Parts: sequence; C-alpha cells; structure tokens
Amino acid sequence: MIGVGNALRGDDAAGLAVAERVRALAGEAVAVRVCEEEPTRLIDAFDGADIAFVVDAVSTGAPAGTVHRFDASGSPIPSLELRSSTHALGIGEALELARALGRLPRTTVVFGVEGAEFTSGARLTPAVADGVARTAATLLEEVAACTSER
Amino acid sequence: MSVRLVDGEVEDVELRIFEPPRFFEALLRGRSFREAPDITARICGICPVAYQTSAVNAIEDACGVEVTDPIRLLRRLLYCGEWIESHALHVYMLHAPDFLGYDGAVAMAREHPREVERGLGLKKAGNEILTLLGGREIHPINVRVGGFYRAPSREELRSLVEPLERAREAALETVRWTATFEFPERTIPCELVALSEAETYAIEDGRIVSDQALDIAAASYDEHFAEEHVARSNALHSRRADGSVYLCGPLARYTLGSRWLTPLGREAARSAGLDDECRDAFRSIVVRSVELVYACDEALRLIDHYDEPDAPAVDVEPRAGTGYGISEAPRGLLYHRYTLDDDGTILDAKIVPPTSQNQLAIEEDLREVVSAYSSLGDDELRDLCEQTIRNYDPCISCATHFLTLDVERV
Repeated sequence: MIGVGNALRGDDAAGLAVAERVRALAGEAVAVRVCEEEPTRLIDAFDGADIAFVVDAVSTGAPAGTVHRFDASGSPIPSLELRSSTHALGIGEALELARALGRLPRTTVVFGVEGAEFTSGARLTPAVADGVARTAATLLEEVAACTSER
Repeated sequence: MSVRLVDGEVEDVELRIFEPPRFFEALLRGRSFREAPDITARICGICPVAYQTSAVNAIEDACGVEVTDPIRLLRRLLYCGEWIESHALHVYMLHAPDFLGYDGAVAMAREHPREVERGLGLKKAGNEILTLLGGREIHPINVRVGGFYRAPSREELRSLVEPLERAREAALETVRWTATFEFPERTIPCELVALSEAETYAIEDGRIVSDQALDIAAASYDEHFAEEHVARSNALHSRRADGSVYLCGPLARYTLGSRWLTPLGREAARSAGLDDECRDAFRSIVVRSVELVYACDEALRLIDHYDEPDAPAVDVEPRAGTGYGISEAPRGLLYHRYTLDDDGTILDAKIVPPTSQNQLAIEEDLREVVSAYSSLGDDELRDLCEQTIRNYDPCISCATHFLTLDVERV
C-alpha cells in the first residue's frame, strides 16, 4: 500500500493519513510506503509486489471525503493527472510508465479521497478524515479478500 | 502563452504562469532562523536540497559562522544527489520524448524501455544519496543551520560507491544517447550567469560571475539584479540592474566552468561534440547529461575523501544582521537573503528561485523561436514552444502538454 501526498498541504495529506492508519491496523501484514511529491518513486516501490493499493487525494468536484476507486490493473485510471504536479509526472503517468515497463503489479487499485482544502499548513478537514477512515477500512477488506483467495 | 503575429512578424509574446504564489517569504517572518532550511525545503519537491543549502549559506553568513571541511563536503555530496535525481528526471522523463517525437515518457517507454529504465536507475542512485545523507528521499530532514543532525560514517558512505559507479556508466551512456538527437539551431545571445568557486565546478556555494565580467559575492546580488512583478504572470521576472536579460542554469555553468569538470566529464562532453562553451539552448539536454557524469564522478571523489567530522554541526549563535546565500540549483541560481534580530527571529526573507531568474530569457527565446518558425501550424508551433520552454527546465515543465498557445495572426 502506497500513500501519496503532501503532509503540509491540508487534504493533500489524505493518502499519507490512510497509510498511517493501515500501518496501525494491519501491522506487518501490509507493506506500507509513503510517497511525497515525486511519483516515479512509485515504480521502485512496486518491486516485488503482486498487489498494490495506491491512495492519493483527488479534486474532482465531488463532495469532500468521497472515496473514488479505480482498478488500474488492466487499463489507465480516468485522469492521467491524478494530482496537479509542478514539475514532475503525475500519479497516472507514473502508473502508465510502470505498465509500459512491465513493472505494474498484477493487481493495482487506486483510491482517490476527495479533498476540499489544500492550503499550506491546513489540517485534514473532518469530512476528509472520515473518508480516510473509510478508505483504510475498504482497503483492508480488499486485502483480506485477496489473501483468502490465495 | 499568447503570440501576436502581424504579417508573419512577431509583435508580442507573453508567457503567463498560473502557479499561485505561496507566500513563503512572508511565512518565514517571525520564525526562528533554525527553521529556515526545513520550511524552504518545502518550496520544491524536486530541489529541496538547493533551498536548504542556500538557506543555511545565508543564515550562517548572517551569524558569521564558517562550517568545517567535512560538513562542506557532505553538503556538496548531498547536492550531487539532487543534481543526479533532478537531471535524470528531466533528461529522460520530460525532455528526451520531445526530441524523439513522443507525446511523453509513457509513450517513449513503450518503445525505448531500456533507456527509460536507465533514467530511472540513475534517478534512484541520486535518491540513495538523499536518503542516506538527508534522512529520507524527498524533503531531507537531516540538514540544519551549521551542518547536519547526524553525520554518516565512512562505512555508510561506502555503500553508495557501487550504485554510483553504475550510475556513472549510465550517465556516460546518457551523454552518448542524447548526442545523437537532432537539435534545432538556437543560440542564446544574452549574458550567462553562474557561480564560480576556485578550481571546481561550483555547486553548493561560490561567487556570482558572468561572461560579461560580473564577479561579485552573494552579498552584492541585490545591487546587480532586480526582481519585478509582471501583471500577466504569477512568476516574478528578474533582470540585471541595468534592465538587461541574463540566463543561469546548465548552459551558463558549462560555458563559464567547463574547464573545472573532471577529466571524465570533459571527455564525455568532447565526444558528444560540445566545445568548451555551449550557448545552444536545445543542446542543454547534452549539457545536463554531462553534468550527470560530473555529479556521479564528483560524488565518488567526495566519498573517497570523506573523514567523519568531530561534530556533525558547528554551533551557530544568532546575532542581528543580514546574511546572503546562493547555490546552483539543478536549473540555475537560487538566492536567499535573511535579516535576523539578535535572538535569531527572521525579520525579513527574500528568495529568488531560478525560474524567476530565467523567465525573461525564456520569453526572449520564445519570441525568437516563434519568429523563426511562424510558418508552422499552431500545433507544431506549440510543440516547439513547449520543447523550447523545457530547454530551461523551469518549474512549469511538468505535464506533457502544459502549454495553451493562443496565436493571433493578423
């Protein structure tokens, strides 16, 4: 599970908050990484994984805290640019780069938590904190399902 | 970007940058001088080390402190890691697709997976330096005013040797690869400004010099350069004090300092067809590749020369005054100035990033490019303008098609 985001930009920390929660709830059962800023690091984080969950904040206009789920295993996620990025690739492009190089995990699921406030120094808004909790719960259910399938 | 052509002649070119201002200079006011490196590191996810280094240079200048040689060496090594990471990202993921006719790195990776893997491998070697010295890969947390929180052992640094030797080979291949690209002719006529340090390719500190006899300390920066706000853009524009345009970054560094590259770096440059100077904007990708060779080579040399310091940092006591700091961010000069009161509270901060410094030169170049290629259709012209902007690796060169081009043909 890879949490993506910026800890100091309000709801952009949603992916990092999910990572923290998954780490607390699942312990060593799930390998948790965080990726702040430069997303090609995702590709190295995928090494050795069959199943990957990537969680980032999104801004699509949906109500704050809405949890979007995209299965990236077979095709690109809807927007190549999950997060507006200043001078690097976006998450969607990093996933596609991994796919082109044959390094995308067999199952790759992206959760996007709808953010509302991306100001420097802001905290997670309550609705987004709630979305973080729901994302972590859903993600762990999916992990459990994958594990029992095996 | 908007362009106005009258009878095929360029009348006006404007580049507007929408990245909202983030008010870091105001944010710094009232904070402790010890917080400046950590706060300013957050300005950029690609070059946090540049921000930290210019910040500590300025604050140590204000407090009248000199760091020890091993600390200086570690700063330079950390900075080499950032150059490797940033240049690899730019050369492979952002710039090379322009030259090879791809929409972006993803499309290029499908047909050139070996090259893209090479770029990712290089980037990873830079990351490894950052992780070891900076405490983590992005936004290093180990840098402090006066030095580091913890200095690595010689043994720890030696773990970087093997990945860096591989990276140096990859960098040499990068030079050979980029040298085969086709380069539209574009000579940069303006003044070139870079840092200069005795007998080395300046990175983490130095005097500000130019090809027009400028030679000043960072403390004189404000007398020689002026920053202005232009209504159409959120990015500030810097000029020389007399109003003229200048350029900093790889072309300036190489032209002013190629003789200080390592023999391997110089040899790589020569074999790629570069002379001692390079004012050719499109060949900046080759110059960046040569700097990749240099950064790997220099990092290995620094690791070899490293002796663990007695203390990871020197003591810095605050005092009232103003300090000036500068360093060579991967994309050009980064200037910081801080005024402190006697307990170290920041009263005033000024930060001039490389993108502001190069903004005018980029616009001038776009004007020339549009003039020379005005017969192209709008789509082709937009692609060429994007490639032109990417020649300078500014903080806006992100998305594959980041540029909205409005051409008014009268």
